Amino acid sequence: MAEATYERVYVWQAPVRMYHWINACCIFVLVATGLVIGRPPALMSAGEASDSHWFGWVRFLHFSAAFLMSFAFLVRVYWMFAGNQYSRWDAFIPRNWTRLKTQWREMVNVLRIDILQLEKEPIDYVGHNGLAAFSYFGIFLATIFQIITGAALYAPMSTFWLPGLFSWVPPLMGGEAIVRMWHHAFTWIFILFTMIHVYLSIFHDMTEGRGEISSIVNGVRFVERK
Amino acid sequence: MSERLTIWEQARTLGHSRRDFLQFCAWLAAAAGIEASQVGQVVQALETKPRIPVVWFHFQECTCCSESFIRSSHPIVSDIILDKISLDYTETLQAAAGHAAEAALHETMKKYHGEYLMLVEGSVPTGADGAYCCIAGRTALDTVKEAAEGAKAIVAWGSCASNGCIQAASPNPTGATPVHEIITNKPVIKVPGCPPIGEVMAATIVHLLTFDTIPQLDRVGRPMAFYSRRVHDTCYRRPNYDAGLFVESWDDENARKGFCLYKMGCRGPVTYNACGVTKWNGGVSFPIQSGHGCIGCSEENFWDNGPFYNHLTNLPGFSIETTADKIGVAAGVVTAAGLVGHAVLTSIRKRDVINETKK
Repeated sequence: MAEATYERVYVWQAPVRMYHWINACCIFVLVATGLVIGRPPALMSAGEASDSHWFGWVRFLHFSAAFLMSFAFLVRVYWMFAGNQYSRWDAFIPRNWTRLKTQWREMVNVLRIDILQLEKEPIDYVGHNGLAAFSYFGIFLATIFQIITGAALYAPMSTFWLPGLFSWVPPLMGGEAIVRMWHHAFTWIFILFTMIHVYLSIFHDMTEGRGEISSIVNGVRFVERK
Repeated sequence: MSERLTIWEQARTLGHSRRDFLQFCAWLAAAAGIEASQVGQVVQALETKPRIPVVWFHFQECTCCSESFIRSSHPIVSDIILDKISLDYTETLQAAAGHAAEAALHETMKKYHGEYLMLVEGSVPTGADGAYCCIAGRTALDTVKEAAEGAKAIVAWGSCASNGCIQAASPNPTGATPVHEIITNKPVIKVPGCPPIGEVMAATIVHLLTFDTIPQLDRVGRPMAFYSRRVHDTCYRRPNYDAGLFVESWDDENARKGFCLYKMGCRGPVTYNACGVTKWNGGVSFPIQSGHGCIGCSEENFWDNGPFYNHLTNLPGFSIETTADKIGVAAGVVTAAGLVGHAVLTSIRKRDVINETKK
């Protein structure tokens, strides 16, 4: 790579970074507790029920993290309309036909250059590249799905009106057993997403040296000065 | 058809004392979930209201609902309910047969148009123009439409009439259809279960009898008094669930100790019914108490949401015994392999870039 000068660009505003980390923690807790709830390990099988409440606590953690994640998500949705150009809704959803075509070209480019590495010279995106934006849109949808199905499953054990708003979901999906199955299946989307997401962040950081990893802490990326 | 007596009058002619009658009213009130202060209303209703004419149909079913109903614990229930309502037609229990039975049915439908109670046991096959279930030369589909037209209220007994039950299991060869999908212009009270609890059936009728109104129903049309709580939440084994004490296999020590059957596929957490409270056979037991998990027989599609002995149901479109976890792990392995492959590719193709960055 030839000599180049870089400038610091403030890309990820504070609410975006905070959402990212709150979300990351919540996903970690929710996946871990969710898998335990789906298939509890055989712990302390010799005890008496009155001695222990560990499974109750696992579920409590799951529900707490779920509420935190849901409200953080609502704030993030608000920020999609209040934030800068990198965090706005149209950074994820193409707002018109031209943007859709641009995003499509970007996605093809990312596939060619970053994934298949047919060309060596990296492409420089200030915010998300087209493929990343698309996958985040997907994960937003998966988050909405998990919030709705989770609230629907939580509603019968709660007197809180908020999850009760989603009690129409089980009859629609064909019973709570089905909702449970899909809620569980979608867990894997988050697991796979996290694997790929973390790997690609490290990949970009190492091959491009534009502060990919540190940008989600301090919000700043390095962009080549034209 | 004789003059319609009230239930009190009927009881008197059968030789019951006033005390018997009042006891019966109090018991009915309790069974229907009516509070003690309203027992007077029950007494008044049974004293003054004529017996409701009832027609009870049997279509695609196994008669387990009827069997459950006549075994409802308090002997007086089957007795009195069968006596007190004017059960004018029911294939299983009626004395009449053939033309006489059909005549009784049609007389009731004509004479008490708009007043009779219609109870349906069994689903209605809609395939082949309804030819899979014919009674007296007519299809169930015809009969149900005709009878519903003049019915005051419709009760769908059991999972067949409420949800279709096992004959509606994929691929549903006869097109078995629950009543509410055929009769759409009248409220259908669903009393699902395979069978429903006898006391629950009796109490549902008592409510209709006493108040002349449809009991409070939930979102899918089941009486709230019996179907608003999950079996899991009323299960006496629930503390074991919260403590994480599970049966790991059918013959282990935990099973003997009566731990939670969650890991054995118990559907209690996804099933709405009164089994944990009312229990069966006069409060003797219910499946979980007998050591077997709930199979969710009162829930829609329980027959297709297998396997019964796994907590997670199968992912649709995949083979039997394929849970989301198996597919998830496979996808995880593929993804991990892809990432490792990409990392290797990167370290070869972009070695110079990475090294340059390091300077």
